[in-house]
Amino acid sequence: MRRSVFIASMIATAVLSFGGVVLEQKGFVTSAQEKPASTAEVKIDNFSFGPVAITVPVGTTVTWINRDDIPHTVVSTEKVFKSKVLDTDEKFSYTFTKAGEYPYFCSIHPKMTGKIVVQ
Amino acid sequence: MAHRTKDEILHDHNHDGIDRRGFLKCMAWAGTGAFCVMQGGVLKSYSMSRLAEMNPENMKGELSFVQISDSHMGFNKPANPDVAATLQAAVDKINALSVPPEFLLHTGDISHLSKPEEFDSVEQILKSASAKDVFYVPGEHDVLNDDGKQYHERFGKGAQPGGWYSFEKKGVHFLGLVNVMNLKAGGLGTLGNEQLEWLEKDVKHLKSSTPIIVFAHIPLWTVYPEWGWGTEDSAQALAYLKKFGSVTVLNGHIHQTMQKVEGNVTFHTACSTAFPQPKPGEAPSPGPMKVPAEQLRSVLGITDVNYVAGQHALAVVDSTLA
Repeated sequence: MRRSVFIASMIATAVLSFGGVVLEQKGFVTSAQEKPASTAEVKIDNFSFGPVAITVPVGTTVTWINRDDIPHTVVSTEKVFKSKVLDTDEKFSYTFTKAGEYPYFCSIHPKMTGKIVVQ
Repeated sequence: MAHRTKDEILHDHNHDGIDRRGFLKCMAWAGTGAFCVMQGGVLKSYSMSRLAEMNPENMKGELSFVQISDSHMGFNKPANPDVAATLQAAVDKINALSVPPEFLLHTGDISHLSKPEEFDSVEQILKSASAKDVFYVPGEHDVLNDDGKQYHERFGKGAQPGGWYSFEKKGVHFLGLVNVMNLKAGGLGTLGNEQLEWLEKDVKHLKSSTPIIVFAHIPLWTVYPEWGWGTEDSAQALAYLKKFGSVTVLNGHIHQTMQKVEGNVTFHTACSTAFPQPKPGEAPSPGPMKVPAEQLRSVLGITDVNYVAGQHALAVVDSTLA
């Protein structure tokens, strides 16, 4: 009796492991076709962007999130990207597909500036 | 003349040479407010807590109007969860004034997020004011997402395409300026060349004895550049107003009362009807200041301005809602 329980649990473990392998393989196949998506986050807090400057690889999606209780915007100085106004806890994302430096600011509070460096 | 009190700020900048070359920087901070009266070139400013001691006769003039500012309709954070109620309180206070104002000036940030329903609410609440005419200038919160299209459609009738305009009331020349558009990274408020050229032409024909009142959202003097509290090209605008004996500048944006006299120009900022902001540099950022609910109304306000013709006198009152 005890032995059959042991075998049953062995089988269960094997099935679970197998399932896990399949899932991992799926993940592997995907990442082999296109590079894993790189992401970065910039927090807007106390009327400032944090971190104020970040360096990310090409293809990175940067997400800004407004943690202030005042609305802000994220606007590229060179008009590459421009968010709608972000109220508290709202987000804006932009994917950088070309290397370069992307200075930006809040068009409502232009003293707020930041920079994304894409390499 | 009202009796002098300890809080009175007396400054003669037009006539008798008292402290003419210097400038007076008086800061009647949020929570107190200030009553200012300019008579014969002498500016007097009183703490609002002392208004009750003043002779109401001294508040009378040939032209009176009320400045309100920064309603931020739509704001609902802890600093003030009910900005409609505090705007209504401002209107109630206006309606209780012993001398009914002839019109209202709103110095911008009417809405918080430029939403139609926010503008609707403000217009609806202001309909209950005794003064029916409201002259607006936009704040940066009124021109979000659409470069001010909606603001101009609602409030810009009769204005120049950029939203600025002028009008006369009883010999006083009013200039409503726009300094919240096309702001540059790292910069302050901006008037822009087109508006400056218009301003120069607009005042050119006026006699130098004409009292001038300029109203705009962001201060036209540098209050605190670190927080963007100033206007890049305001010096050029003020240069066009140099010939006038009496120039008063009314601004909002910084949600607190500040006053300054520089040469022929008296600068005032008004409180917000929505929420107070910290004194320059006294907080990590200029975000809304949270004050206990029972104190909130004492830091929100309206500004009441009286003009006495002939003396070029302006009385500015920044009254709190308490």
